[in-house]
Formats: sequence, C-alpha cells, structure tokens
Amino acid sequence: MINQAESPLSLEALRAGDRTEFARLVDIYYTPIYRLALKMLANEQDAEDVLQTTFLKAIQNIHEFEGRSSLSTWLYRIAANEALMLLRRKRPQVSIDQEAEEPDDSLPMPEQFTDWCCLPEQEFATLEAKKQLDQAIQKLPEKLRVVFLLRDIEGLSIKETSEALNLTETAVKTRLLRARLALREQLSIYFSERILPEP
Amino acid sequence: MSKPKHTHDISCKQLLASIGDYIEGDISPEVCQEIERHIAGCEHCRVVVDTLNKTITLYHASAQDSEVPATVRGRLFQVLKLDDLLEKKS
Repeated sequence: MINQAESPLSLEALRAGDRTEFARLVDIYYTPIYRLALKMLANEQDAEDVLQTTFLKAIQNIHEFEGRSSLSTWLYRIAANEALMLLRRKRPQVSIDQEAEEPDDSLPMPEQFTDWCCLPEQEFATLEAKKQLDQAIQKLPEKLRVVFLLRDIEGLSIKETSEALNLTETAVKTRLLRARLALREQLSIYFSERILPEP
Repeated sequence: MSKPKHTHDISCKQLLASIGDYIEGDISPEVCQEIERHIAGCEHCRVVVDTLNKTITLYHASAQDSEVPATVRGRLFQVLKLDDLLEKKS
C-alpha cells in the first residue's frame, strides 16, 4: 500500500549519497514503515524508534542493496527485523515460548460458526470495531503477526513477503493462513455479539 | 431452527488446508469446483470461508486509515539530518 508519487527513485542517486533523493525515499516510505512498526509493537515510541533506525540503516547500507528485491521489500525487511528484535529484547520469554509452539503445518480447526457478514456496514466502521481489529492482531504470535501485516495490511505479494522475511513461500502461506484463521475466530466472537436476535 | 452439528470430517479438513490458496485464487479450476461443491453442502464451512473473506477485507480497509503524525515525520528528517529538505506535506 505504498504511494510512489512522481518519477521513480534513482538507485544511482541514492548510492551516490544524493540527499534530495533520500528525502524522496523517506517521504514515499515512512508511512507504511511506521504503520508496520506500530502494528507490530502497539507502542508509538517503539514504532518511531524502529522507523528512525530503519531509515538510518537504509542510508548507511544503501551501497549493499543489490536490487534483487525491490527497494520497498528491502526497507520492510529492515523494519520487520528491527521490530522483531525490539520485541525479543523486551519480552525474550515470549519468543522462546513461541518457537516451541505447535509446528507450522498444523492448522487450528475453526470453532466459531456464526455468520456475521450480514451485519450493517456501519458496525464494521465504529471506533470500537477498529480497536478490536488492532487488539486481535496483537494477540497473534509475532511470527504470524509479521507475515499477516506484510501481506494483508501492506499488500506485499507472497513472494515479496518471503523475501522480506527470508522464509520460503510455503512457510509464508502457512503462517498467513494460521494468522487469518486466528483473526477470524477473534472477530467472530466480537461481531457475533452485535447480531440482534430476531424478534 | 437448530444449527447442524459440525463434525470435522476429512472433507472439512481438506477444505481448511486449501482455503488459503482458494482465497488467493491460486488453485486449479478442478479443486476450486470441489471446494465450492463442498461449501454448497456444508453450512459451517461456508460461514468460515465467508467470514474469513470478510476478515481480510476489513483489515485491507483498515490499512487505508493510517496516518502518521506530522511531528513523527519532522523528527525523522531531523535524525536523518535531512531537515533542511523537510517540506510541508499537503
């Protein structure tokens, strides 16, 4: 969901240290990078730290960018790594527990079977509903959360997500499905309560 | 009307395993037809597919709402020593 305005960025200018081109790079990508960090970390200060570190590292290491992936995928990769490292520094026990969790190929069977798609559209647009969406993301294990955010919030392809996270496309697909199913369960609980009983 | 009891037979499990590719549209027409036949006869799987699609749609829409405070952008330019290039955004 990147809005790349005007002419494409010049990699040559960036590698040559052209500050105006860096300013353009920042303006094109700071919103999606901040959004990714904020949804990963649920903390504005931490998200800003990740945002700043991501672009500092991008400026320092632009000469190492080989262009095998797109510039945006490369930036997402730096940001995702920074966010995951910050989470692990803050809550090391969480990531260790998650590594030992169920294997990637197991899928939780659905438990919620109420059809809440029929709710009026305004039910999905309330502040409370938006809060529920954000809270549901925070309940995902980190390794599922980052895949979901890159694919379904930032709109990367499966291939780009796999490149950004250094995962196989199969692993991305499996984690994405687990994340989506988990979010569906949580939203189902919330939105089912909004369905009025028939008179 | 009471809801049908949902037992996870092999068909439901197979559907769950294929649901990601089905939603991505990354599936052969034959498998797609099999899934749609299953959904037509299994109310619970239909609900799972429909609410899963709705879940994804809601999150896609939520991404459009994001705005970064102007102060965050300002501090970012400052940290990067690009603040002389900081132009006001319309």
